[in-house]
Amino acid sequence: MDYQQLIKETALDNERMIVMTAENRALVRELPALLGKRFIDTGITEQTMIGMAAGLALRGRIPICHALTTFLIMRAFEFIRTDVGIPALPVKLSGFIPGFLSDANGPTHQALEDVALMRGIPNMEVYCPAGQEDMVGMLPDIWSSESPAYVRIVTRNTGYDHAPFEKGKAEIIAFGDDINILVYGFLFSEAMKTKEILEGKGLSVGLINMRSLKPVDENIITQLAASGSLMITMEDHFICGGLYTIVAEVLLKNQLTATVLPFAMKDKWFRPALLDAVLEYEGFTGRQMADKILMTYSNKIKNAQYHTI
Amino acid sequence: MPKLLQTEYLEVIAQKVRHHIIDMSTNGGCFIGASLSCADIMVYLYCEFLNISKKTLDDDNRDFLLLSKGHDVPAMYATFAEMGWIEPSRLKNHLLTNDHIYWHPNRNIPGVEFHSGSLGHVPAVGLGVAMDCAIKGKSNKVIVITGDGELNEGSVWETLLVASAYKMNNFTLVVDRNAFQANMATEDLIPLEPLIDKFVAFGCAVRRIDGHDFSAMHETFNGLPFSEEKPNVIICDTIRGKGLPSIERRADRWFVNFNMNEIIGLHAELDGGNIATIDSEILTVR
Repeated sequence: MDYQQLIKETALDNERMIVMTAENRALVRELPALLGKRFIDTGITEQTMIGMAAGLALRGRIPICHALTTFLIMRAFEFIRTDVGIPALPVKLSGFIPGFLSDANGPTHQALEDVALMRGIPNMEVYCPAGQEDMVGMLPDIWSSESPAYVRIVTRNTGYDHAPFEKGKAEIIAFGDDINILVYGFLFSEAMKTKEILEGKGLSVGLINMRSLKPVDENIITQLAASGSLMITMEDHFICGGLYTIVAEVLLKNQLTATVLPFAMKDKWFRPALLDAVLEYEGFTGRQMADKILMTYSNKIKNAQYHTI
Repeated sequence: MPKLLQTEYLEVIAQKVRHHIIDMSTNGGCFIGASLSCADIMVYLYCEFLNISKKTLDDDNRDFLLLSKGHDVPAMYATFAEMGWIEPSRLKNHLLTNDHIYWHPNRNIPGVEFHSGSLGHVPAVGLGVAMDCAIKGKSNKVIVITGDGELNEGSVWETLLVASAYKMNNFTLVVDRNAFQANMATEDLIPLEPLIDKFVAFGCAVRRIDGHDFSAMHETFNGLPFSEEKPNVIICDTIRGKGLPSIERRADRWFVNFNMNEIIGLHAELDGGNIATIDSEILTVR
């Protein structure tokens, strides 16, 4: 099942659902004919779309709002924060082409602060599925709740058979004794490659799909920190405010520390190009990340040996 | 023809509302100028025009009024008090932590449809409510009151484009045209005139009336919708500070925090007594 099929079935089944878009119909092309007045395209007006969604939600509807992430959550940020966040209305935000997925569009279209902005809003939940199969498994729960939620839409398939979704819980692919990778979004597939390469070097490598970023699975983070393994965070997001920050917050809150190697955009936008080229240029391919992790892991071992002498 | 208008009754209520507003303009103060300019509109809509009562707040078929220019909230709460929606004694809780009566509207007060304070948001929220009514095939009216200064916000015009595209004739924007924004006259900062032409160009059916004339309001609001396929705009020309000559049409009477002597003087002034003496430094730029 793909996103459009899911939203079609969900909306047809439930009169409360309103499908909205600020003239971005890529994921909902078939819906106008099916939903009639419950499909609302407001044109290129992200602020008005969100304000209207709040008004509709006030009257008991559950609007699902579509737009390119960068415009959806930044152009309309204050509308989301004020009209959706303050009253905690069940408006569901579907952000298209987040992070690296905006590939060659350039920095105007690069949403690399979406997780930071959305999780900063009280009442707002934040979900970042690994791929389309994962997302389709998560959305029914997200859409049927009475909370506002932001979802990083990803339409690529991972080919992985994901475990059922539980809000506030990470999906544990594997635990590792030496290294544990925490990842969200479409980088999950690169993380799988990284894991395989590192395992080829004889290391025990874990992989955690952090698909529920707010609420976040604090237990998994504290558990991994306590294990003393090298922790890796992988995200196509600015280093500020995303998963690396979440890990830091959880560790500090629990008076824990850990060696954490972050993969994130460090205070710069990425070089616009087709996606594979972006990954290569910015050092986010499974192979590049494996090499870097290996280096950090060796240093960690050397340091540990040094300190035990 | 609309039913006979009880103008005298509305005038009595409006006068009481203005007394409440004066009472809220001390001990921390309030945005008195905008509250007084909007008082007659608020009283007319709630007490006469809108199909809303305390008992029908949960009814799908009732009308809706959303206050986008949040500074008018003393006029709104005072009207609620006069209608029996809230205990009049609650108005004494203005700016105290034991209640929710502060400088902007919020839904903790029964009758408030939506919070406001950030300008240019509530037209879109109101349009969403109107859209819900339209989807249900209902003919209830959704009215959003904006300020004229608020029209500086691009999102207001964005929302009118959408309302016009969707032919939302159950949606009405009421502009409290008191000709001031914060500490300036609108026409001295970002001129708005010719305002009718602007709304017409955005696809609205527009009327312009005296926002202190109950008969004019009665005739105009009862003419809604003005068209089969256009959103409605009613520009209400009003006087900032209306009812108190000592503060009428003054840029420096936007936000005020009067002392007790001034409050006593203003109550007397409102009832036709001498012009109150205002000694305190009341120009507050917020």
